[in-house]
Amino acid sequence: MEKDKVELVAIGGSAGSLEALLEILPALKPDFPVPLVLVLHRKSTTDTILTNLLQSRSSFRVREIEEKEPLRPGTLHIVPPDYHVLIEEDRTFSLDDSEKVNYSRPSIDVVFQSAAKVYQSGLVCVLLSGANADGTEGFRQVQELGGTTIAQSPESAEVGYMPGQAIAANTAGKIMNNKEIIAYLNAITR
Amino acid sequence: MERSISNEELELLLNDVLEVHGYDFTDYSRASIHRRVNRLLMLDSFPSFAELRFRVRNDAAYLKRFVEEITVNVTEMFRDPDAYRAIKELVFPQLFSKPFIRVWHAGCSTGEEVYSMAILLHEAGLLHKSLIYATDINPEVLERARAGIFPLSQMKQYSENYIAAGGTEDFSSYYTARYDKVIFNENLRKRMVFATHNLVSDSSFNEFQLILCRNVMIYFDKNLQNNVLHLFDASLEKLGYLALGAKETIKFSGIIPKYKQLEKHKIWRKIK
Repeated sequence: MEKDKVELVAIGGSAGSLEALLEILPALKPDFPVPLVLVLHRKSTTDTILTNLLQSRSSFRVREIEEKEPLRPGTLHIVPPDYHVLIEEDRTFSLDDSEKVNYSRPSIDVVFQSAAKVYQSGLVCVLLSGANADGTEGFRQVQELGGTTIAQSPESAEVGYMPGQAIAANTAGKIMNNKEIIAYLNAITR
Repeated sequence: MERSISNEELELLLNDVLEVHGYDFTDYSRASIHRRVNRLLMLDSFPSFAELRFRVRNDAAYLKRFVEEITVNVTEMFRDPDAYRAIKELVFPQLFSKPFIRVWHAGCSTGEEVYSMAILLHEAGLLHKSLIYATDINPEVLERARAGIFPLSQMKQYSENYIAAGGTEDFSSYYTARYDKVIFNENLRKRMVFATHNLVSDSSFNEFQLILCRNVMIYFDKNLQNNVLHLFDASLEKLGYLALGAKETIKFSGIIPKYKQLEKHKIWRKIK
């Protein structure tokens, strides 16, 4: 796909994905040209440790999503614990506290599916380390609507199960280690 | 691929529900309600949008199910324990001198938060002079709230939340377990009034010292949020409190100049 058509990068991670993020995020260029959305499985808490940690390692803006907030280029938007996040046609975030999906709220599938509907071929999704099957169905919809799906290679992931599920279901269009993911994302231009 | 309806079909359906039944969902945030309708299409195995639309237009019993399923009725006791602790420590001390305390839980769903509030009021010695008005758009969920019967399997989590919220008693003393359910004590329920109320179309019905509306307005668009906040403002006495969900704010509404936020909590006091 054409990297100058990318409009959004969405990253999903679960167990063991923080290590990957701490390698990938500091290596991304500071003037990252499109918005980034990060959905992580984490314990329900209102603390700001994750946001502060990722901000300290990133050269772009990192903030936890507030409802109705617009997606902004050069910003890493973190999905808050205990809510699903959806993206509206006008490219703002909506929060939703409905049933868990894949035993998870937030669910990676919900974010990927919602983003796919709005951004279609302009979406790049990355699925990192985890011990859950979340993300696979989201990947399916991203592919069907013309977006790009990248699974962290299971052998390079802390916990290979989650990206492995997407690969097994044939919904991962590309399989990359962290260095390749960094190079791919840094090649995105607008 | 999941079965789904188009944006245009969603608008047709929402217009039907308004015109035929008088329920107005047209100012709800689209992404969430769209997902809920697609979910219902699958759950109830409609072969196509046309069948769903016909059923919603013509079957009043099904309409009830439709409204209950497209609104989100997921709730828990003492969700966000910090918020309850803040109410206990910052709001209750201002209520001690009141002869009578009226609390409104708007959009209370199946009532878990209503029982949570009753327990906190009880422990503060305020319950006997309080009345909690618990309202929701769905009559069915209010029936469940009124019954006060919840799954036993949830009690471990609720007990942890209760302790984190600053509860001082043995949580299990508030209910009686039978098989896989628990029923909460009658003395809590005695201080609750349940009624249907639609935040979109119904008006203010009383004046309150405390209004709680948590994780309800996240489903509304900005315009409707603003209208509902004005409804709350009109229903709150001076120096009363408004408590919202962890990710909600009154910052972008017209009522903000009359309110002061309590530290970083999602609680605002009406100061004008």
